[in-house]
Amino acid sequence: MDGAAIYSLFIINKSGGLIFYKDYGSAGRMDTNDSLRLASLWHSMHAISQQLSPTVGVQGSSFSKPTPSISIAFSLLQHTKTEGMYAINRRLPSLDLSKSILAGTKFFVVCEPGTQRMEALLKFIYELFADYVLKNPFYEMEMPIRCELFDLNLLQAVQKDRVALLSR
Amino acid sequence: MQFFGGSDISPSPPVTTGSGDNGHMMYIFNRNGVCLLYREWNRPLKTLDAQQDHKLMFGLLFSLKSFTAKMDPTSVEKGNLGLPQLPGQGCSFHSFRTNTYKLSFMESPSGIKIILVTSPKTGDLRESLKYIYNLYVEYVVKNPLYTPGTPIR
Repeated sequence: MDGAAIYSLFIINKSGGLIFYKDYGSAGRMDTNDSLRLASLWHSMHAISQQLSPTVGVQGSSFSKPTPSISIAFSLLQHTKTEGMYAINRRLPSLDLSKSILAGTKFFVVCEPGTQRMEALLKFIYELFADYVLKNPFYEMEMPIRCELFDLNLLQAVQKDRVALLSR
Repeated sequence: MQFFGGSDISPSPPVTTGSGDNGHMMYIFNRNGVCLLYREWNRPLKTLDAQQDHKLMFGLLFSLKSFTAKMDPTSVEKGNLGLPQLPGQGCSFHSFRTNTYKLSFMESPSGIKIILVTSPKTGDLRESLKYIYNLYVEYVVKNPLYTPGTPIR
C-alpha cells in the first residue's frame, strides 16, 4: 500500500459536465475524453439510482433543490482467474466514491476501500469549492474550474489527509 | 458446497444484521439480462412498470460495472468504456448506498447477477448473497424440470 489516501477527484456540474478533475497517482492515466465520459456516466447513473429507489426520499428531490448529501460507497471486487477457476471476491485496493448534491454539483472521490472519514474530506472539499470557486468573481457558474486558490488549498487538504492516513 | 446428492446448503444462513424488515426487493438476472426472479417485500414507491424497472436495473448494473472497471486506479490497462465485459473480467463493485437504500450486488462466473435492495443501514451482505446463490444452485439449477433462461417458478 503506497499510502495514497485518494486516487482522484471529480467535480461534476448539474448537467453532467466535468468541471474539475485531478488525479493523485492512480495506475494508468486516463485521458481527458475518458474522464469526461465517466463524469457524464456518473451523472446518468445517479439519475437512474433515483428512479429505482424503493422509498421516497431521493425520488422527487430535483437537482435544483438542496437535499441532504447522498453518499455512495463502493468497494471494488476483483475477479481474478486462477488455475482455470474464477476466484471471485478478491478484494483489492479500490474505490470509495462519494458525492454530495447541493445545487446539483457532485463531488466524487476515488479512494482505497475501507478509508474512513471520506465524508469529512468531501465536505471539506465542498467548503473549499464554496470559498474559492463560488466566491471568485471571475468564475462563471457551471464552467470548468480554473482557480489558483482552489487548487492550492485542495492540494494542501489532500496532502494533509495523506499524512493523517500514514501516521495511523 | 456439496455438488452431488444431498441438499446441504454449505454456508449456513448468515446472521441478519439489525432487525428484520429492512429488505425492499431482490432481483436475479441471468447473463442475457433476463430477470429470472423478482421479489418485493416493501416497496411503497413505484415509478415504472415491472418490465421497465428490470431493464433499468440491469442497465444500471451494466454501466456501473464498466464504470468501476474503467476507473479502477490499481490496474494499468482498462478496457474501453461501455464495452461489455465478461463476468470475471475487470473489477466490479459489490454494493452502493444512497440516502434511501442500499443495493448489494453479486455476479457469479456464469453471469448470474443477484441484487438485494435493502435499507441504507444494512451492513455487508456478501455472505447473504452467496447463500442465495447456493440456494439457486441447489434448487434451481439442479432441478431437472427447470429450463435455463426462464423465470424461476
